[in-house]
Amino acid sequence: MSLPPLPLSAISIGVHAAGWRDAITAAGAALERSGAASASYAERMIAVIEEFGAYVVIAPGLALAHARPGTDVLRDGLSVVTLAEPVAFGHPHNDPVSVVVGLAVSSADQHVHFVAELANVFNNASVIPALASATDAEGIRELFGLGLAHTSSNPAISPASVAAFKAAAAAAAAANSDAAAESDTQDTL
Amino acid sequence: MKIVVMCGLGLGTSEILKVNAERALERLSIDADVMATDVAGVQSAARDAQVILTSSELVGAIGRTNADVIVIDNFFDVDEVAAKLETALG
Repeated sequence: MSLPPLPLSAISIGVHAAGWRDAITAAGAALERSGAASASYAERMIAVIEEFGAYVVIAPGLALAHARPGTDVLRDGLSVVTLAEPVAFGHPHNDPVSVVVGLAVSSADQHVHFVAELANVFNNASVIPALASATDAEGIRELFGLGLAHTSSNPAISPASVAAFKAAAAAAAAANSDAAAESDTQDTL
Repeated sequence: MKIVVMCGLGLGTSEILKVNAERALERLSIDADVMATDVAGVQSAARDAQVILTSSELVGAIGRTNADVIVIDNFFDVDEVAAKLETALG
């Protein structure tokens, strides 16, 4: 099992969103930028919340934006958007949201394989605040248990910041033995 | 025993809750089938279920049911899921 691809192009840090629609739109734009979805997918993710409410805010500070598979899903993919100012989605317990994870899946069968891995990542309670305060995209990939992408040309990424996130991720893994025991992703941290 | 987890679409969020409900049941040593469904399918899925797990946002969409409805605030918190299942089933 592995997560859907989370390329650096699908990560947006410190986005200014006026409200939850802006935040979902940013998660959709990140999926579009990385080639996982076309523009209409963001509108469909918004429509899910308009129809069913803010249930996609599944943990304190975290929204899992998604819609059904469709022709606007070009391939499986994740996106991550962190918000400069948290926004309310209307959830009674988990507002305000500071991290939006966008999920595009090309077939319903694939969902089951991905979600167990996502659960492994987020069973560590410290991951959401660490994502919210991340300052570079590599650090976010680290928190998902993903290795370094080839970004030596990117001046925004310093070895020190990567090391800091590795330390945070290791601390998170140590704090949650359940997830560590069930997850093989921890081995790569 | 049958436990139904429900979200708007029956995929994504409900499957995350399914995974963590199964982890909670294992911790409690309770043998149960956990099934993910959507709002449209919950009535038929929950006909023979003891428990429905869902978000506070979706409770109103369930309609009449004989199952215990449990609201989960943090879908990733196995401790919360286990504690609420233990209360409902214990």
